[in-house]
Amino acid sequence: MFEGLSKRLGDVFDRLRGRGALGEADVDAALREVRTALLEADVALPVVRQFIDEVRPKAIGADVIRSVTPGQMVVKIVNDHLVQMLGGSAVDLDLNAVPPVVIMMVGLQGSGKTTSSAKIAWRLSQGAQGMAADVASGAFTQKRKVMMASLDTRRPAAQQQLKVLGEQTGVATLPIVPLEMPLAIARRAVDTAQREGFDVVILDTAGRLAIDEELMAEVAAISEATRPRETLLVADAMTGQDAVNVAKAFNERLAVTGIVLTRVDGDARGGAALSMRAVTGRPVKLIGTGEKFDALEPFHPDRIAGRILGMGDIVSLVERAAETIEKEDAEKLAAKVRKGQFDMDDLLGQLRQLRKMGGLQGLMGMLPGAVQAKAAMSKAKVDEKQLRRQEAVILSMTPRERRNPDVIHASRKKRIAAGSGVQVQEVNKLLKQHAEMLKMMKRVNKLGEKGFMRSLGGMMPPPGFPR
Amino acid sequence: MSGSWLSRLREGLAKSTRRVTEGIGGLFTKKKLDQATLDALEDALIQADLGVAVAGRLVGRLAKERFGKEVADEEVRAAFADDIAEILTPVARSLAIDPAHRPHVVLVVGVNGSGKTTTVAKYAHLLKGEGRKVMLAAADTFRAAAVEQLKVWGDRAGVPVVARETGGDPAGLAYDALERARREGCDVLLVDTAGRLHNKANLMEELAKIVRVMRKLDASAPHSTLLVLDATVGQNAHAQVETFRNLSPVDALVLTKLDGSAKGGVLVALAEKFALPVVAIGVGEGIDDLRPFEARAFARGLMGLPA
Repeated sequence: MFEGLSKRLGDVFDRLRGRGALGEADVDAALREVRTALLEADVALPVVRQFIDEVRPKAIGADVIRSVTPGQMVVKIVNDHLVQMLGGSAVDLDLNAVPPVVIMMVGLQGSGKTTSSAKIAWRLSQGAQGMAADVASGAFTQKRKVMMASLDTRRPAAQQQLKVLGEQTGVATLPIVPLEMPLAIARRAVDTAQREGFDVVILDTAGRLAIDEELMAEVAAISEATRPRETLLVADAMTGQDAVNVAKAFNERLAVTGIVLTRVDGDARGGAALSMRAVTGRPVKLIGTGEKFDALEPFHPDRIAGRILGMGDIVSLVERAAETIEKEDAEKLAAKVRKGQFDMDDLLGQLRQLRKMGGLQGLMGMLPGAVQAKAAMSKAKVDEKQLRRQEAVILSMTPRERRNPDVIHASRKKRIAAGSGVQVQEVNKLLKQHAEMLKMMKRVNKLGEKGFMRSLGGMMPPPGFPR
Repeated sequence: MSGSWLSRLREGLAKSTRRVTEGIGGLFTKKKLDQATLDALEDALIQADLGVAVAGRLVGRLAKERFGKEVADEEVRAAFADDIAEILTPVARSLAIDPAHRPHVVLVVGVNGSGKTTTVAKYAHLLKGEGRKVMLAAADTFRAAAVEQLKVWGDRAGVPVVARETGGDPAGLAYDALERARREGCDVLLVDTAGRLHNKANLMEELAKIVRVMRKLDASAPHSTLLVLDATVGQNAHAQVETFRNLSPVDALVLTKLDGSAKGGVLVALAEKFALPVVAIGVGEGIDDLRPFEARAFARGLMGLPA
């Protein structure tokens, strides 16, 4: 039932013949399918609604890259927004506090708190040694002295479970005192850690329902008493619509600092990650990917986004397509520049790419040594309005005029100005800029490759930049 | 006691459905059933995890019957509850213990953290209360202290627990437990297995082996296989039921943690799709917090109506 999005989007766009920009009606039809896909991935409805509202304006009018279908383009736009909403990039554990730094694990029953506690403890106590570069970053680069304490006095043998995990991972655990209450255990854990010089104390709390007032008050009191640097909400990747309620309730009572998403090695689409991130504004910091101690990874929004949509492949396809298209265009242009055949159509192409920002940057990327030009580009602000006006000027030219601007004299200028709704001076300005660029390029050809690079820096900013 | 559990169930469900029904209640003060109302109604069902397809179908049916008519709040909720109860009634059955088998073997399976061990303990308590001789097998030999956990429950329920050291072979343990339960003339043997994600082939094979090995002693075992589902689960429940059912002889479901804010609405979709009996629901952490699944009560509770 999850395989449907790509097919359904295909159906929506089959009746679209041209490639052009994405129209409003088509986008809406596509977004209805996206809505269903997100709901099937267990993204909570209010979050789905917010998502669609935000992505709609981005999709309408977006240009469809050659060699991908409009459906694929929509998926790409949706995916990019999903990544952004998931937080963009990985966020590290924050252990920058006076030791012992307290990490408190909270969540519903059966979400995976105890196993996650042991995984985090093990990793912190190992340091960077022997870890993949990916997981050994940030908080995990330093080797730390870690202690775990189970505050779960409710589930039978829960404290025993953490003790055994401590033995298996070689991480110290707070000795169990029968019948001791959770708050007292937490205090004793911090005291002991302080006395014995531990860097980190992990408090593994009992599973509790977000609507259980008594137990929520208990965990709030523990938080108050121990001032955890990190309060990690542990949640199962299989969680459904309730994820928003749980995340909201825990965050309201405890000021959650991050989310640990467990059982990501299952086949759930993991929409809960988006739901919880959206309602709490807190990053997903870690994911559990197996039952072994080392099955803990940083959270990469791009990976989970592809999974939520179930369309990781298409996303990377569109990315590749976008890359190659830009490369092709840039290469073609570079060749033309070399031959001094840079006409108005090429300028038009550049203006359009400039509007998308990235076109010229892509070109720069193609040309080794153009770092300065790139820097100048990113510093300058593109005047969106002027770019569009210049585009209109070129579009008001005949094909012949575009190929050979030399033929444009007074009456043609007047016609072009009238056609594009600008003053004749604007037409003159554009022609002058083009002539200057052409002159520069011709000079460059005499200077050879090296000089070309140098003078290209001077050629910037291109037309369209405010002078 | 039976009166109190009903009210506790209603209480639990009421907690879990307040938002759904508040939404619906707010909508229907205006009376006329229009498209906006139907959309909001569909949203409420989706938020109860019924899934897009089932929610759409239920709302569609309601629209066909009453679109444009004046409808009272109670009426719409009752109509919905009736529709949902109709889907659920065929699956609301209790776990039937066949006295012909001594013991009747109940295998309890599910993903990690769904509540298998607690469910086993609750069933032990329930069945013992019915005067049956019950034995537990701690076949979760993987998770640290899972054996100790079941032992504590066994003590509380007053039933023996067959266990070995953590790390042993679960199939061998199950075999031993079955042998002992036979020897001691038990009525029921409840086998608690390790949590496993259904997409892990090796762990599913381990489960298949437990079944195979027990069948060496009793070709008809297990006589019941319960898949335990957490009420907070979303649409992944479909994949869980489908895969577990393909690889082990699942013949009934138990829905746990219904005392939380999750509504367990996916059960409605599962009932339509798989028609597997739902034999019990879990509504708390206590040993007597296991309830029979009652379609009408569940459906009406889901809609915030008195049972």
